[in-house]
Amino acid sequence: MTYPNELLYTKSHEWLKETDGVAEIGISEFAQDALGDVVFINLPEVGDEVVAGEAFGDVESVKAVSDLQSPVSGIVCEINEELIDAPEMLNSDPYGAWIIRVKDVTDKEELMDADAYEAFCAEEG
Amino acid sequence: MGSYVPATAAERREMLQAIGMNSEKELYSDVPASMLLDKPLNIPSGMSELEVRAKVEAMAAKNRVYETVLRGAGAYDHYIPSIVKYIPAKEEFLTAYTPYQAEMSQGILQSIFEYQTMICQLTGMDVSNASVYDGATAAAEAAAMCRDRKRTVTLVSATVHPDTINTIRTYCFGTNHELRVVPCKDGRTDPEALKEMLTPDVASMIVQSPNFFGQIEDAKALGEIVHAAKAQYILSFNPISLAILATPKECGADIAVGEGQPLGLPMAWGGPYLGIMTASSRMMRKLPGRIVGETTDDAGNRAYVLSLQAREQHIRREKASSNICSNEALCALTAGLYLATVGPDGLRQVAKQSMAKAHYLADALCAIPGVSLKYSGPFFHEFVTVLPKRDEVLSALDKAGILGGLPVEDGVLWCATEKVTKAQLDKAVAIVKEVLA
Amino acid sequence: MKLIFEKSISGRKSSLLPACDVPEVELDAAYQRQSELPLPELCETDVSRHYTQLCQRVHGVNCGFYPLGSCTMKYNPRINEEMAALPGFTAIHPLAPKASTEGCREVYETAARYLCEISGMDGMTFQPAAGAHGEFTGVMLIKQYHVSRGDTARTKIIVPDSAHGTNPATAAMCGFEVVNIASAPNGCVDLEALKAVLGPDVAGLMLTNPNTVGIFDENILEITRLVHECGGLCYYDGANLNAVMGVVRPGDMGFDCIHMNLHKTFSTPHGGGGPGAGAVGCKEFLKKFLPKSVLMEEAGHIQVRMFEGNFLVVVRALTYLMTLGKEGVPEAAINAVLNANYLMRKIQGTFEPAFDRTCMHEFVLDLSEFKKETGVSALDVAKSLIDRGMHPPTMYFPLIVHEALMLEPTETESKQTLDEAAEIFRDLYKLAFTDPEYMHAAPHHAQIGRPDEVKAARNPILRWEQA
Repeated sequence: MTYPNELLYTKSHEWLKETDGVAEIGISEFAQDALGDVVFINLPEVGDEVVAGEAFGDVESVKAVSDLQSPVSGIVCEINEELIDAPEMLNSDPYGAWIIRVKDVTDKEELMDADAYEAFCAEEG
Repeated sequence: MGSYVPATAAERREMLQAIGMNSEKELYSDVPASMLLDKPLNIPSGMSELEVRAKVEAMAAKNRVYETVLRGAGAYDHYIPSIVKYIPAKEEFLTAYTPYQAEMSQGILQSIFEYQTMICQLTGMDVSNASVYDGATAAAEAAAMCRDRKRTVTLVSATVHPDTINTIRTYCFGTNHELRVVPCKDGRTDPEALKEMLTPDVASMIVQSPNFFGQIEDAKALGEIVHAAKAQYILSFNPISLAILATPKECGADIAVGEGQPLGLPMAWGGPYLGIMTASSRMMRKLPGRIVGETTDDAGNRAYVLSLQAREQHIRREKASSNICSNEALCALTAGLYLATVGPDGLRQVAKQSMAKAHYLADALCAIPGVSLKYSGPFFHEFVTVLPKRDEVLSALDKAGILGGLPVEDGVLWCATEKVTKAQLDKAVAIVKEVLA
Repeated sequence: MKLIFEKSISGRKSSLLPACDVPEVELDAAYQRQSELPLPELCETDVSRHYTQLCQRVHGVNCGFYPLGSCTMKYNPRINEEMAALPGFTAIHPLAPKASTEGCREVYETAARYLCEISGMDGMTFQPAAGAHGEFTGVMLIKQYHVSRGDTARTKIIVPDSAHGTNPATAAMCGFEVVNIASAPNGCVDLEALKAVLGPDVAGLMLTNPNTVGIFDENILEITRLVHECGGLCYYDGANLNAVMGVVRPGDMGFDCIHMNLHKTFSTPHGGGGPGAGAVGCKEFLKKFLPKSVLMEEAGHIQVRMFEGNFLVVVRALTYLMTLGKEGVPEAAINAVLNANYLMRKIQGTFEPAFDRTCMHEFVLDLSEFKKETGVSALDVAKSLIDRGMHPPTMYFPLIVHEALMLEPTETESKQTLDEAAEIFRDLYKLAFTDPEYMHAAPHHAQIGRPDEVKAARNPILRWEQA
C-alpha cells in the first residue's frame, strides 16, 4: 500500500492535490483495494458545484457502491472522461487516475497528510 | 384439514428432543406470553384438496365468461397459443427464485436474455430490463429515471390510460414531484399546449400511442417538440401494434415502456401482467430492476448473469432509484415464448387482423344512424363512438354473451382483436341496430 | 446451449390463425414501421425443445432443497396452479361489469378475511404486485395519514441497519429521509438508539419481526409504543411472517400497517423472480388511504399499478389458505421454526450460528472465524453446495454479520432432507481443512463454472446481436 507524500487525504479515502488554485481529486489505493474491481463511475458534469464533505459521484464494483466525497467546495472544471470507458484505471493506477478537477475553491475539509492517513488506514484496516 | 408438512408426530417429537425442547411452545419463548394468540384463528378449518377444489371452482363459476369480447382499455383478449400456456407451467420455471446463483440458473437467465433481445427487436430500443410490474409502473419508473436536481416536473398526456396517469401521480406524490397533464384535442395530444407547457423545469413527457382512446398519436412530431425543449421523451406502446406501427426508436423515444399483457398473458381480471421497460444505451445504468448480461465462465464458456446490480436496492439501499426486487419474471418468460411462437409473420398477422377487425366493426357501427366516430385520427384496434341509448345497447349485447365497449365520458370505447370472427362482429352490430331502430 | 435466435430458420413458422375474414386495412405510411422485425422464426417443435432444454437448466423448489434465507422457498402445491388456470378466472376482463365478476370479488373478499385475521388488521388491498411494491403502498399510507393531518414536519423514516435493502429504498421513494439505526449486539433493535432518533420529525418505523437474523424481538411492544408516543406509525415488513402466522399477530404487536408476500408465506410460486403479490393490510384509521384503480373502482385515491392487482396470484394464495385453515396456518409456522432450529443444531459444531439461541424460521451462520482458519469463504461454501445439488443459502446478508450464510428450510422439508443437508454442510466443513483449493474453484459439476461478473458489468452485453 502506498501513500504518496505530495497528496492530502480524507477520512472517506479520497486524495487531493492542489496546483495553481485547481484541486485534483481521486481515490486512494486503500479505497480501490477495499472496493475491488471497479466497473463503473458516476461523474458530475463540468460546471456543477461540489460541496466539501458531500458526494459528487460514486464508484461501483460488482457488489458494492461507494460515494465519492469532495474534500473541497468549488466548481467542477474538468472531469476525467477516460474513466468512463476504463474505470479499471482506478484499480491499476489510483494516484494517476484523477477523477475531477475543481476550481474556485472556497471551502476545504480537514485533511490528513500521508503519515496521518497511513496511520488512519492501519486503524481501519 | 390440509397440510404440506411432511414430518409425522413422532418425527416432530424426535426433532424437538434433538434441539433440547419438550414442547413446541418453547420454540416461541422469545415472544412475550401476553401477545401469543390464546385461541384459534377465526377462519374456517382447513380442507382436503377435493373440498377446496369444489369451493374455488364455485367461485370461478360465479364469473361470466363472454363469448365475444369487444372491450380493451388496457386488457386485450388475444389468442393464446397452447404452447404458451403449457411451458410456463413447468415446475422448474414456476418454482425457482430470482437467479442469484448463476451456476444453477442458466435456463432462467438465458430466457431473460432472450426476452430482453426480443423486446429490443420489437421496439428498436437499445436495452431492455427483465421487466417491472406492469405498464403503469413502467411509465412511473421511467419518469423517475428522467428527473434530476434541475428538472423536476413530469408531463403526461391526457390521452394516456387513466390508471397509468393515476399511478404516475402516486409515484410523483411519493417523491414530492409535480405532475402536469397536457390536454388533448380531438382525442390526441395537443402539440400547441405541449409546447407551452415545456418549461425549463420539465424532465420528461409521457405519451401513449395508440392512446387510451385508440388513436395513433403523431408520436414522432411530439418527440421532436419534447427534444427541442431538452426534455426526455417517454413513449408508451402496445407491443402487438409494433409489428406494423413505427417503433419507439423511430419516433425518437429516450425511454419506451409498455403493458406486455397482449403477449400471451390472459386478461385474468387485471393481473399478473408485464411491465416492459426499454431505453437508449445512454440511459442504461438508470434503468430500474433486474438486467441479465452475457459474460464467460472460468473456462471461457458463454454464460449469463444478473448484471449491473450496483443500481439495485440490495446494494444501493436508500440511494437506489427504485425499490423493485421481485418483478414479473414468469410473465416475461411467457411474453418471450409468445413472440418466439408467433414469429415475425405471426405477430404481423395478429396486428393486421386486429386492426382490420376493429375497422370493420367501426364502419359497420357507424353505418347505423346516430352512431359515429368521436375522433378523426387514425386508429389501431380501438376507437370511440358516440352511441345513443348507451346503457340499453350494452345490456342487449350483454344478454347475447357479448362484452361491449367500455363507457367513457359521453361515448363508448370499442376494441377488436384477431380472435373475433366476422360472424361475431356482424351479430354484435345487428343487436346495436335493433336497439337503436 | 444455443440461443433461440441461433436456431431461427428464415421462413419457418407455426400455423395459429385462420385467414382474415374481413377486408384488410392499409395504414398511412407515416405511421408504419420502417425497420425490419427481426424476431426468431421457428416451428412449434423448435420452440418446445428450446424451452424444455432451458427448464432443464433451472433449479426450482419443486426440484430440490432450496434453503434461501428470507425468501421462504416452500413447496408450491399443484392444486394452486390448477385453480389459477380456471377459465372462469383467466378469461375475465378487469373492466367487465361488476355483476359479471362476482366470483373475482368473492376471491378478494375471502382472501382479505383470512389475511386480516392472520395479520390482525382491519383492511386489505391486493393492488401491490410484490413485496417491495407492498412496502411502497404501506409507507404511502403513512405519508397520506400525516399529510391529511397537516403534519408535514414528519420527514424521516427509521430503518434498522439489519433491514432488507427494499426498506430504505422504499422510504426514499416515498420522499422520506432514511434514518438508519444500529442493531444491538443480539441483532435486535437497540432501544437506546431508537429513543435517540425519535421526535416530531419521525413519520414512522419500518421493521420486520422476526428480524433478518431470524430472532423475535422481545421488546416489540415497547418499540411500537415508543414510536406511537412520538406520533409516528409502525410498518410491519411481512417478509418473515411465515415464522409466526397463526401464533402471534403483527396487529397485536402494535403495527399499523403491513405487507405480506403471498408468493412466500402463502405458497404461490416465485416464477423465477415474479409475479408475486404484496397484499397490504392496515388498521381501521388508515383504510381510507388504501389504493384504488380509477377505472375499476373510483377516483380520488392513490394507485400503485393498473387495475386491482395480481389476481391469479391471490387465487393461488386463497387456495392454499383454504387448504390449511385455522389448524394448518399455525402448524406451518411452528414446523418452519422447528425445522430451522433442528437444522441449525445439526450443523452446529462445524459452521457456527451467528447467534447461539433459539431462532425463528431462519438462522444465520457466521463463517468469519472459519474463513480465517481455512481461507474458504461463505461464497466458496455456497458454490460447493451447488455441486451437491442443493440451492445455496442467501449469502452476505444481513450486512451486520460478516461472511453470512442465511438458511431458511421452511416447513415443507422433511427430517430426511434436513439430515442430508446437515451432512453435506459437515462434509464441506471438513473438506475446507483438507482441500480448500477445490472449494475456491467450485462449482465443478454445474451448468457453468463461476461467471466473470466484472467483465459483465464493465462491458455490458445485454442483448444478442446478429454477427
